[in-house]
Amino acid sequence: MSRILAPAVLIGAILIVWEAATRVLSVPVYLLPSPSAIAGALAANAGLLAVSAWRTLATAMEALAVAAVFAGALALTTSLSRTLDAAIRPIAVALQVTPVIAIAPLFVIWAGVDHPERAVIALAAIVAFFPIFSGTARGLAAADPDLERLFDLYGATPLQRLARLKLPSALPFIVEGAKVAAGLSIIGAVVAEFVAGSGGEQGLAWRILEASNHLETAKVFAAILVLALMAAVVQVFFQWLERRALVWWRGR
Amino acid sequence: MSVAALSAVEVAYLGRGAALGPFDLTVGEGEIVALVGPSGCGKSTALRLLAGLEAPTRGEVRRAAGRGETAVVFQAPTLAPWLTAEANVALPLELAGEVRREARSRARAALARVGLAEAAAARPAQLSGGMAMRASLARALVTNPKLLLLDEPFAALDEITRRRLADDLLAIWAERRPAIVFVTHNVEEAVYVAGRVVVMSAGPGRLAGETKVDASAPRTAGFRATPVFRATAEAVSEQLASAMGTAA
Repeated sequence: MSRILAPAVLIGAILIVWEAATRVLSVPVYLLPSPSAIAGALAANAGLLAVSAWRTLATAMEALAVAAVFAGALALTTSLSRTLDAAIRPIAVALQVTPVIAIAPLFVIWAGVDHPERAVIALAAIVAFFPIFSGTARGLAAADPDLERLFDLYGATPLQRLARLKLPSALPFIVEGAKVAAGLSIIGAVVAEFVAGSGGEQGLAWRILEASNHLETAKVFAAILVLALMAAVVQVFFQWLERRALVWWRGR
Repeated sequence: MSVAALSAVEVAYLGRGAALGPFDLTVGEGEIVALVGPSGCGKSTALRLLAGLEAPTRGEVRRAAGRGETAVVFQAPTLAPWLTAEANVALPLELAGEVRREARSRARAALARVGLAEAAAARPAQLSGGMAMRASLARALVTNPKLLLLDEPFAALDEITRRRLADDLLAIWAERRPAIVFVTHNVEEAVYVAGRVVVMSAGPGRLAGETKVDASAPRTAGFRATPVFRATAEAVSEQLASAMGTAA
């Protein structure tokens, strides 16, 4: 109970103090709007914000799918030989540690002025790539060594070993990587839209930029609120998915 | 006729040095041999050599058992958590290309033989330690091996369960008489199960003594209380104590 009550009380207290402070101190609305002003902006722009949130979510999930395909294929390749792993891993790590915002302009050039949304998906996919890659690679190497010996003993073919031992052993690691990647793909989608823009498919990042350019600070807060809620829902969904997957995998 | 033999084998691992030998062991058809020794003496290494899972650094390993005729039971049940007990037991047959239906029905028969007919659809996470070990034993038996190798299979179980499993193992042996090599650090268990107890010295393990257990198999009830059992267990314990003493 206190897990719900405690944060609710704290948030309520913050909102009351915030509301009171902006009124008493008459803070200009473009500097710090009151919670009630933000609620007003949220209600006034509900439709637009919902559509924008949907686009950001769709972009993030497309990026997640692209990342999963490439990361899975690459992790499978590195699992085939130590030399391949040694060759590929430094490049994957370099990609991981380079800030996405630094490479965004390149992708804007490559995608061309007509398709900034392609650059956004590619950039979000790069952000989501690494957790899936490292999770899959780690999982493919995590099979019980005695089970490996058993497969040796019965003369399993490489394909049997992959399909019946390595991939099933890797499943919990892959799902965990996908969960982390899902959260990152939303961050990636927002950051990339800030830099690359979004053409016709305007997402929440665009709403935030647009509103801040007009000093509509309440609308900025409203868009951030929607973004945070959406990210939380995605995170909870993937946590639920991970639990379900583990129950299915282990049988309890 | 021997099923498997180690002659003057030595095993050394990179960075860890000598792990075993020189060591000789011949396992006859239908024989039950227990390997006893202090931890780190290379018992498990010897077992992996007999299984053909590892090659010796020096010396020779002869194996009469072909592919699928050797089975290993590890210290942990080593079941795949994502498969049912039945699918786990059917795995050796399916890897060998047996059709699924036939493999599954033989797996159910093997599970029934170890008293797990009811648990065919259960996952390893739903089995108790003893049941999981039985499933592991069923998986080893499903191919009707000529050579059954067990690496401290009951070490993690409580005393009552391990005694029951020892009796089950002997009953199973009586049906088809595979040669069995049984690694354990429990002297009484070794004397109870085996026809011959081989004691190894501290690592790198060598032969420290060998004792025949002069009693009929499978064991009769109350065998643990007989003078033969007590005397043999004492003799093996003394060999083991002096084998450990040389290392200390």
